[in-house]
Amino acid sequence: MSVAIRWQPAASRGALSRRAQRHAAIRARFAGQGVIEVDTPVLAQSSCLDPQVPSYAVPTASGTRYLQTSPEHHMKRLLAAGSGPIYRLGPVFRADERGRWHAPEFTMLEWYRPGFDDQQLMHDVAELVAMLGGPSTVESHRYWDLIAAATGIADPREDRAALRSWCAGQGLDGRTAAGADIDLLLDFIIGVHVGPQLGLQGLAFVTHFPASQAALAQLDPAEPAVARRFELYWQGVELANGFDELCDAGEQRRRFVAEQAARAGHAAASLPLDERLLAALAHGLPPVAGVALGIDRLYALLDGADTLDAVHSFPWEDA
Amino acid sequence: MSYSTNQFKSGLKILLDGEPYNIVDHEMVKPGKGQAFSRVKVRNLKSGRVVEKTFKSGDSVDAADVMELELQYLYYDGEFWTFMDPKSFEQYGADENAMIEARKWIREQDMCTVMLYNGSPLTVEAPNFVELAVTETDPGVRGDTSGGGGKPATLETGTVVRVPLFIDVGDTLKIDTRSGEYVSRA
Repeated sequence: MSVAIRWQPAASRGALSRRAQRHAAIRARFAGQGVIEVDTPVLAQSSCLDPQVPSYAVPTASGTRYLQTSPEHHMKRLLAAGSGPIYRLGPVFRADERGRWHAPEFTMLEWYRPGFDDQQLMHDVAELVAMLGGPSTVESHRYWDLIAAATGIADPREDRAALRSWCAGQGLDGRTAAGADIDLLLDFIIGVHVGPQLGLQGLAFVTHFPASQAALAQLDPAEPAVARRFELYWQGVELANGFDELCDAGEQRRRFVAEQAARAGHAAASLPLDERLLAALAHGLPPVAGVALGIDRLYALLDGADTLDAVHSFPWEDA
Repeated sequence: MSYSTNQFKSGLKILLDGEPYNIVDHEMVKPGKGQAFSRVKVRNLKSGRVVEKTFKSGDSVDAADVMELELQYLYYDGEFWTFMDPKSFEQYGADENAMIEARKWIREQDMCTVMLYNGSPLTVEAPNFVELAVTETDPGVRGDTSGGGGKPATLETGTVVRVPLFIDVGDTLKIDTRSGEYVSRA
């Protein structure tokens, strides 16, 4: 008995052709603005330390290498060396993330604009999306305002118990809710309740992230509880994540070490600190804002599809 | 036995707060740099109620000991409806809760889909179509096959359905048990 092997691509001829045209439009836009395209390694000796952003480990003759979850570390080393504005359009990997809007291998557009702050970069992102045929209306929301509006809790920053019981009432598993730290509760509220409602009328930016979710963004000097990080949503799908980049090597090392400790708590394998990135930051990163945009998600939404598989030549299961 | 969230799929039977549920739908939810969750829509196998639950990715959930068997209805003893597995000859007693729907339609010897939970019938599903005789109805109106209007008729199981005017006592009717509606004369 023969089993039908699916060898054909998932994306239609039209989807592949639009993908190519959009890639070309992005490259033309950046070329016209003097932003140069860079290629960065896909396999490297370190990777993102955030336990929520898992890397695949690959054994090689020169030791374990990691498939990069984003080109961020390499691009910052280029910036520290004086590259000026740069972008990269290429594959990244997130171990075992799979769903309608998640694939372990996907295409990311990441770019850095020295001299920009997060506000200027948000304009830049909105322009790029509009150029590709996305909406031109843009709204912006502060992170905690969204949490307060979703939960009805007047000051969610000060009322952890209320947040916890709200989440449990909304179906967060009881054991998880009981042991949850603030960020898990916030991730649940944003991921399950807030995000799917964002950007239904146009593009929606989320700004003023809590410092505990700063990732590689710098904190607002005037308001250190706030990270200068933003996210972009469209049609309820998270499309981009941007930072006013942290340039302080000492602070970066402290965050890496804290993440390394958190990895142990999440039973995630330990990863070597990226000493090359830290050395580059110590040498000096110019003030810069950077953003990573999920290209497959954007193209799928532009095509009116309801999964990023519609714009992948060969999705994970067929690769 | 338990299932990790990455084994979740539609149709999986899980135990939540001591109650058996069927996974209807599931989706991965993950803010870009945050915790990954598995969000499921689950149907309570006792009440039929659908609720949404969210688990942390990688957590595990107890499996519900649920299986479906094709069993033959033997007899009703006033308290339990007894079913038999025609292969193993094993017998199972279904109580009133499990029979709420099926009791309207089944006769002895009928084959039913029975969902067992911890070895006891939780729900019994009658066949989609059954043929039952009319025991009571107003006299048939000859010639009126329009199907318009209609009248109540009592079936041999005691259930009352709406039937066309031409149906008479003694007629055998084909009934769709999912809608509870008359289909045709058998």
